[in-house]
Amino acid sequence: MSVTLLIEQLLNGVQLGTMLFLMASGLTLVFGVMGLINLAHGSFYMVGAYATAAVTASTGSFLIGLGAGMAAAAMVGALVELLVIRRLYHRPHLDQVLATFALILIFSEGTRWIFGSSPMRLSPPSWLTGFVTLPGDTRYPIYRLMLIGVGIVISIALYFLISKTRLGMRIRAGESDREMIGALGVNISKLYTVVFALGAGLAGLAGALVGALQSVQVGMGEPVLILAFVVIVIGGIGSIKGALLGALLVGVVDTLGRVYLPIFFRAFMPPSEATGVGAALAAMLIYILMAVILAFKPKGLFSAHD
Amino acid sequence: MKMISRFGLGLLLSSSLVTAHADDVKIGMITTLSGGGSHLGVDVRDGFMLALEQSGRDDVEVLIQDDANRPDLARSLANEFMQRDEVDILTGIIWSNLAMAVVPTVTRQGTFYLSPNAGPSDLAGRMCHENYFNVAYQNDNLHGAMGAYMREEGYERPIIMAPNYPAGTDALAGFKHLYEGEVVGELYTQMGQTDYAAEIAQIRDSDADSLFFFLPGGMGISFMKQWESSGVDMPIFGAAFSFDEILIKAVGSAAIGARNTSLWAYDLENEANDRFVEGFQAAYDRMPTLYAAQGYDTANLILSALETAHPDDKDAFREALRAADFDSVRGEFRFGPNQHPIQDIYVREVVEGDDGEPTNRLIGVAIEDIQDVYYEQCQM
Repeated sequence: MSVTLLIEQLLNGVQLGTMLFLMASGLTLVFGVMGLINLAHGSFYMVGAYATAAVTASTGSFLIGLGAGMAAAAMVGALVELLVIRRLYHRPHLDQVLATFALILIFSEGTRWIFGSSPMRLSPPSWLTGFVTLPGDTRYPIYRLMLIGVGIVISIALYFLISKTRLGMRIRAGESDREMIGALGVNISKLYTVVFALGAGLAGLAGALVGALQSVQVGMGEPVLILAFVVIVIGGIGSIKGALLGALLVGVVDTLGRVYLPIFFRAFMPPSEATGVGAALAAMLIYILMAVILAFKPKGLFSAHD
Repeated sequence: MKMISRFGLGLLLSSSLVTAHADDVKIGMITTLSGGGSHLGVDVRDGFMLALEQSGRDDVEVLIQDDANRPDLARSLANEFMQRDEVDILTGIIWSNLAMAVVPTVTRQGTFYLSPNAGPSDLAGRMCHENYFNVAYQNDNLHGAMGAYMREEGYERPIIMAPNYPAGTDALAGFKHLYEGEVVGELYTQMGQTDYAAEIAQIRDSDADSLFFFLPGGMGISFMKQWESSGVDMPIFGAAFSFDEILIKAVGSAAIGARNTSLWAYDLENEANDRFVEGFQAAYDRMPTLYAAQGYDTANLILSALETAHPDDKDAFREALRAADFDSVRGEFRFGPNQHPIQDIYVREVVEGDDGEPTNRLIGVAIEDIQDVYYEQCQM
C-alpha cells in the first residue's frame, strides 16, 4: 500500500492502455470508415507475433523481427481485405460476424498447422531487459517503459496521419459520409484496402511487442480482442481520440482494480474470502465501467457518427 | 430378385465373420489435439501409442478423437464411442472440467475409464467409481508435495498465486494443506490472464521469501518472462504443469533456477524409463513431457491387465487393473482404495542443458508415497 506501488501500478495501467490502443485504433478505423465488424482483428495480432518470433529466431535481431511482423500482419490484412472482407461491406452485420469468426478459426488452425501447437519462443533483446530505478525508488522494467514510448509515438503519428495528410482527410471523409467520397471520385476500394492494412499492421505490431513479454501461441489474440471491443465501445465507435482515451481508461482501471479491490475487501473480510471476492469483482470492473459510461453516453465518449 | 437378396445376405454373413474377432480390444481416446494447450493431448497420445507399438500386439485397436477442449464435444464423442463403436475402454481426457462432464456417465454405463491426466477431487472422493482408474495423479498431489518440500527447505514466508477457478483454488488449498504454516499472501489471477505486472508489483511489495505459483500453459510462460525482467530476486517454485519441456523452451532463460514437483522426470533411473525416453525420442524426435509419460503408463497398465483378462469379463479385468502389475516409468506405482495412485513425487530444477536450452534436472524426492486426502469419502 505504498506510494511506489501506486506509481508502478499507474505505469502498468498506462502500458496496458497503450497496447490496447494499438489494437483498438485499427478496429475502430475499420468500423468507422467501412462499417465493418471485424472479429478477425485478433488474428492479425497473432500473425504479427508469430512472424516476429520466426524472423527474430532466424536473423537474431528483434528489430528486424518487429518490422517483419508488422509488415506480415499488414500484408495478410490487405490480402484478407481483397479476398474476403471486400465482399462483406454491403452485407448485414450478422454476416460480417459469421465470416470474420470463420477467419479466426482458419487463422488459428492454419497457424497451428504451420508452427505446431507448442508456444513459440520470443524474448526481448538483451538491451531491453532489466529495469530502471525511477524517482521514489520505483523499479520498472525497461521493456515496459519502451512499450509506453512506442504507444506515445504511434499515437502522435496517427494524429498527424489523420489530421494533416491527404490519406487522413479521406479517412475522415469516409467516416462522415461513405457514399459521398465515392461519388467525389476517390478510389474507395483502394482506400479501404489501405485502411484495413494499416489497422492490421498496428495489431501485428501490438502482438509482436506484447508477445515478447507474454507467450506467442495460437489463440493469443482473442482475449485482447474482447478488451479492444470494450475500448472502442467506451471511446465511441469510429473515433481515434475515443479509442486512445478508452484504452488508457480501461488499462488503468483494470490494473488498479486487480490490485486494490482485494486490499479494499481485506479491510472488513477474512483474507482468503476478500481475495476471492476482490479478484472476482476486479474481473468485472471494466464491464461495469462500460455499462456506467453507456448509461450516460449511449454512443460512447466521442462518437464519430452523431 | 431372390438371387440378389440371397447374395446380399451371404455378403453380410461373410463380412460379419471376417470382422468379428471376439477377443479384439477396442480403446477410445478422447483428447485435446487442437487449440491452445494442445501439446498436452498430443503428448498423451504419442506416449500411449508408443507403448502399444513397443508391445507388438495387433489385437488392440485405438480410436482417437479431438475434443478441442470443449466439454460438450467430449461428451458426445464419448457417447459415440460407447454406442456406435462399442469400445471396451475409454481414456485420454486432459482437463478436469471435461473429465467431470464425461467420466461419471461412462463409468455408470459399465465402460472402463482410465485417466491419463485429469484428477479432479470429486472423482477421487464422493463420486469415485469402480470402473474409474486414475493413472496420473490426483490434482492436489504435486502442489501438496511442493508445500512439504518448501517447509523442509526452510522457507518461512511464501506468497502463493493461482488463477481464480476450481483447479486454481484447489492447488492453493493443496499447497497449504501440506505446507502446514502461514503464507504471507494469496494472489488470485484471472483465467487466461496474460499480463502480470500488477501481481509482480504486489509480490515485490510483500515481505515474502519465496513464491509458489500454479499457472498452467501459456499463463506460466507470460508470467515467467515478465518476472525475469522485473528485477525481483526471489526463488520460485511450482508444479510441473508450468515447467514441462515444451513450456520451458518457450520461456527461455527466465525459467532457469525454478524448482518444480513432478511425478516423473526424464532422467529418473529405471529400466522402464530408459526404454520409454529412448523410444520416444527415436519415434518422435523430441523430449517427452510428463504427459507423454502418463500416456505411456496408462497404455502399459491396460496391456498388463489384458495379459490376465479381457475387458468383457469386467470383474476379472478390474482386478487385474487394480493389481497395477506393470513397470511404471516413474518407479514404484500402486493404487489406493479409490483407485488413484500412491506414488513418490520428485523435485526437478530447471537448468541450462548441454545445448544451451533450458531443461529439467532431477534433484530429489519431495515426498514419498503421497496419497490424496479424498479417499475416505470414497464409497465403492
